[in-house]
Amino acid sequence: MKVSCSVNGQVLVADDVWEGESLLYVLRERFGLYGSKNACEQGECGSCSVYLDGVLVCACLVLGGQVNGREILTVEGLSHRTALHPVQTAFVEAGAVQCGFCTPGLVVAAHDLLRRVPDPTEAQIREALAGNICRCTGYAKIIDAVQLAAGRMSG
Amino acid sequence: MIHFLQPASWSEALAMKAAHPEAMPIAGGTDVMVEINLDLHRPAGIIDLTRVPELTEWGTDDGLLRIGAGVTYSRIINELGDRLPGLAMASRTVGSPQIRNRGTVGGNLGTASPAGDAHPPLLASDALVELASNSGTRRVPAREFFIAPKRSARRDDELIAAFLIEPAAGPQQFSKVGTRNAMVIAVCSFALAIDATRKRVATGIGSAGPTPIRATDAESFIEGVLDEGRLWERPAEVPTSAVTRFGELVAAAARPIDDVRGTAAYRRHALAVLARRCFTWAWVDYRRMGAA
Repeated sequence: MKVSCSVNGQVLVADDVWEGESLLYVLRERFGLYGSKNACEQGECGSCSVYLDGVLVCACLVLGGQVNGREILTVEGLSHRTALHPVQTAFVEAGAVQCGFCTPGLVVAAHDLLRRVPDPTEAQIREALAGNICRCTGYAKIIDAVQLAAGRMSG
Repeated sequence: MIHFLQPASWSEALAMKAAHPEAMPIAGGTDVMVEINLDLHRPAGIIDLTRVPELTEWGTDDGLLRIGAGVTYSRIINELGDRLPGLAMASRTVGSPQIRNRGTVGGNLGTASPAGDAHPPLLASDALVELASNSGTRRVPAREFFIAPKRSARRDDELIAAFLIEPAAGPQQFSKVGTRNAMVIAVCSFALAIDATRKRVATGIGSAGPTPIRATDAESFIEGVLDEGRLWERPAEVPTSAVTRFGELVAAAARPIDDVRGTAAYRRHALAVLARRCFTWAWVDYRRMGAA
């Protein structure tokens, strides 16, 4: 099966996609975009969070065939060349990254929150990131990072 | 090899389902993709319903809300939360933002798990499930839809088109027990709807029986208390003993088992607590409505 979709503004095509293949597999193994991480494959961990037609989703729960003609934005599409997105910079500066595996998913989920709620409360941040699991940081510095990014982006 | 079908309209979807009754419908993929990814089940065919515009629409139908099976939990919360507060509360407890952005009530009904979060409020509001095939459309009451764990009244040639539900005619509540506030399958759950117009109290129990269950004895008991005390007209506090009895009757209606998420005894205990709380909260709202 052929899958053709826009990824980070560029139309990409994959041939011979298996009918049961997830968008996550297509992104990583067909398009070589390894930012979206593969962990639980059941929507539990959020490390494969991407935008599908502007909506935050777990790429592992989207069937490859469902994205034909659709628009995908991955973590790779948030930065411009070497210029990191303010959310990414904030994660670096706040020390919100340890092993880094969950980071891309958290960055995309935090990006989605700040686009909808520019000045979120801590409760809103925790709620918005409830589907993204981090096993290293204990979340405190991730919350700090989102607050730091919110301050800079609205300032 | 999986046969992949992608209808562009509802009539095309029904024709494809008639030709391939074994094909698994997929919308948000929050159940179906887990089965495929983890190789728990490999369907012979898949019908992708995300290109069927009719399924993502909602509107009114003879006083009822008719909500397409493909409307996501996020949209129910944002677009229908004022009219369906009980279902919106249950929707907020589903998974995470990512899951609520994709998951649908239609999919919840399709899976027909006894733990489905949407089911107790659908029972408490006497919702109807609209099933369609090439040979016609029928509307099945939610209380007759669930037959056994993950089995429903839907035939293999049928697709779930929509569900129909009355806008809330009084306070509604939903409560769910789990190990955290997000990303949990219910240990048990409870929905309550007060119908101020008809003077009725309706319930739905989740994840504590082979199917979602209505606690009909508890409903008649509390309605009796409210009628007898003329509390509908003159909303005062309901005696604690009556609320406790209501909780006990809800617990008695459950048919829980011991499993990985909890024991039967814990589920019964928790249901009595949830039922008491939900009724108390809803009754406070009802009294406030009367005062307004």
